[in-house]
Amino acid sequence: MAHLTDQPGGPAPAQPVRAVPAATRRSGLPGTLLSEFTKLRSVRSTWITLAVFFVASVVIAVLAAAGDRRNSGQAQFDPARDSLAGMLYLGMLVIGATGVLAIASEYGTRMIATSLTAMPRRAVLYAAKAIALACVTLVVALVTAVTSFFAGQAAVASTHAGASITSPGTLRALLLATLFVPCFALVAFGLGAVIRHTAGAITAVFGLVFLLPMILGAFPASWSNALGRWLPDNTVLLQIVAAKPTGQHDLFGPYGELAVFAGYAVIALAAGAMAFCRRDA
Amino acid sequence: MSIEARGLTKRYGDKTAVDDLTFTVRPGMVTGFLGVNGAGKSTTMRLILGLDSPTKGTVTVNGKLFSRLYSPMRELGALLDAKAVHGGRSAYSHLLCLAQTNDIPRNRVDEVLSVVGLSGVARKRSRGFSLGMSQRLGIAAALLGDPEILMFDEPVNGLDPEGIVWIRNLMRGLAADGRTVLVSSHLMSEMEHTADHLIVIGKGKLIADCTMAEFIARSGQQAVRASTPQPGALARAVLAAGGQATITGDVTVGGSPELEVRGLPLERIGDVAFAAGVPLHLLAPARASLEEAFMELTADSVEYQAGMAISGQRAHATVTEA
Repeated sequence: MAHLTDQPGGPAPAQPVRAVPAATRRSGLPGTLLSEFTKLRSVRSTWITLAVFFVASVVIAVLAAAGDRRNSGQAQFDPARDSLAGMLYLGMLVIGATGVLAIASEYGTRMIATSLTAMPRRAVLYAAKAIALACVTLVVALVTAVTSFFAGQAAVASTHAGASITSPGTLRALLLATLFVPCFALVAFGLGAVIRHTAGAITAVFGLVFLLPMILGAFPASWSNALGRWLPDNTVLLQIVAAKPTGQHDLFGPYGELAVFAGYAVIALAAGAMAFCRRDA
Repeated sequence: MSIEARGLTKRYGDKTAVDDLTFTVRPGMVTGFLGVNGAGKSTTMRLILGLDSPTKGTVTVNGKLFSRLYSPMRELGALLDAKAVHGGRSAYSHLLCLAQTNDIPRNRVDEVLSVVGLSGVARKRSRGFSLGMSQRLGIAAALLGDPEILMFDEPVNGLDPEGIVWIRNLMRGLAADGRTVLVSSHLMSEMEHTADHLIVIGKGKLIADCTMAEFIARSGQQAVRASTPQPGALARAVLAAGGQATITGDVTVGGSPELEVRGLPLERIGDVAFAAGVPLHLLAPARASLEEAFMELTADSVEYQAGMAISGQRAHATVTEA
C-alpha cells in the first residue's frame, strides 16, 4: 500500500490521451486552401484535362501560325495572335469543364456533405475552392501561353516575320491570354455552384460560349455590332490576344475585352457564392 | 460534449421532415436514434451539421452552432453517407484533404486507416470499394479529429457480421471513453446490443426518449420463453405463483413444447419450476418482443405500410406517458 501514500489524494484523474494535437488556430482558409489543392491534384481527371488543354493549345498554335504564313507580307500579319487564339477556345472548352467540375462534382458524388462536415464555414470553403482553381489554371495557362507562343513562332520562322518576346504588344498578348483562362474557369465555377449539376452546368457554359454569339448573329447588324463586344465572339477573342489590335470601333481594346470577362467572372462568382452559402447543401 | 435540439423543425415544401424535435444527446453512452426509413433521422443529422438549415428551432453542438466551432473535426466526427466520396480519389488522399481543413497532422491519416483496417488499400481509388469498405472509410473520416462527439447514420448497412461486431465494439469503446455517440438505425435488433439510451422518432416527431432499460421495461419485455416436457404442470405452477402462461405451440430443438410466461421475473419462474419438480429445457427472455414493441410503437408513424391492423396508438400512449 506504500504507493498510495505517495498520492494522498488518490490517483490523479485520468487525462484523456489525445490522438490529435489540440488546434493552435481556428480552422479556416489556410488549411482549407491546402485541402483544395490536395483535392485537385489527387484526382486523375484534373491532370488529364490540364494536359489536354496544354497539348491541344500548342498543336493548334503551330497549325494556326503555319496556316497564316502566306499573309506574312501583310501589315496585319500577327503571329503572336495566331499562336495564342487557340488556347482561348480550348480554355473555354476544356478549362470551362474543369471549372464546372471543381464544384459540381462535389454535388454529383455527394462529397459536398463530407467537405462541409470538415469545414462548415461555407464562405471559407467556397473561397478556398475558387482560389485553388484560379491558382492552378493560372499556372497552367502561363506555361501554355509561353509554349504556344514559341511553338507558333517556330512554325513561321521561315518567313522571318515571326514575333519575338520583345516585339510591341507581345507581352500584353501573353499576359492577357494567361489571365483569360482563370477568368473563364471562374465563370464556369460560379455557374457550377449555382446549377450544382455537372452536365447541366457544362451545357450552360457551352450555351453561353457558342449559342449566344450565334443567336446574336440573327439580329440586325446594328444590334449585334453594339452587343458583340460583350460576348465571347470570335472577333473579341482575337482582340484579346492581338499584338496589333485592329482598332475596330465595335470592340473595346485588348485590356477592355479582358475586363469584360473578368466582370463576368465576378458576377458568376457572386451568384455562386449566394447559392453555396444560402441554399441547403 | 452534447448535442441539443430545441423545437427543431424542417419542412421541404409542404412536407414536414422533422417536426418540433427536442432532445439532448449526452456523453458517456451510446444513444440510439431509432425510426423507420423516412422518419427523419438523416434530416435531423443534416440539421445538426448545418448541411440543411432548420425551418424553426435550433440545434447546437457543445452549445454552439456546428458552423461556429473552433475546430469542427476535433469536436464532432460524422458518418452520414458512406458513398459521399469522390470515387476517383484514393482513401489516403480523401482523408488527407479532410484532415488539412482542420490542421490535423498527416500521421493521423495513417493511424485512422489502420484503426479501420484499410491500410492495405490506402492508395487504391475508393470507386472500387465495397459498401463495407466505404463504411470503414467513412468511419475513419469521422475519427480523424479524435472528436468527443461521434455521429453515425446507419453505420452497419452493408457490413458483414464480422464488421457489425467490429463497429458495435467500436461504438461501445468510444462511449466507454466518455465520448458522446449518436447512432441511427431503423432496426431495433441492432440497437439492442449497442445503445444505452434511445431516441425514437416517427414522421419527424419524437415518440420516445428514454434509457434502453426503460424501453425494455415498457415493451412487455417481461415475457419469458420457457420450455419443458411437462407444459401443463409448469403452467399450473406459474398460475399458482400469480403469473400467466400460454402454450405457444412452438417446440424447442429438443422437442419440448414452449410456453410464454408473463407477470413473473425470469428467476422466479425458475424457482417455481424447481419447487414444482418440473424440468426446464429452456428459460430465456422473449427477445423478439422488443422488435415487436418498436414496430408497434412506430406503427402509426409508418408512411408506407402494408395493409395490416396495428394497435399503435395504444403503445404510443403507454410509452410517452411514463
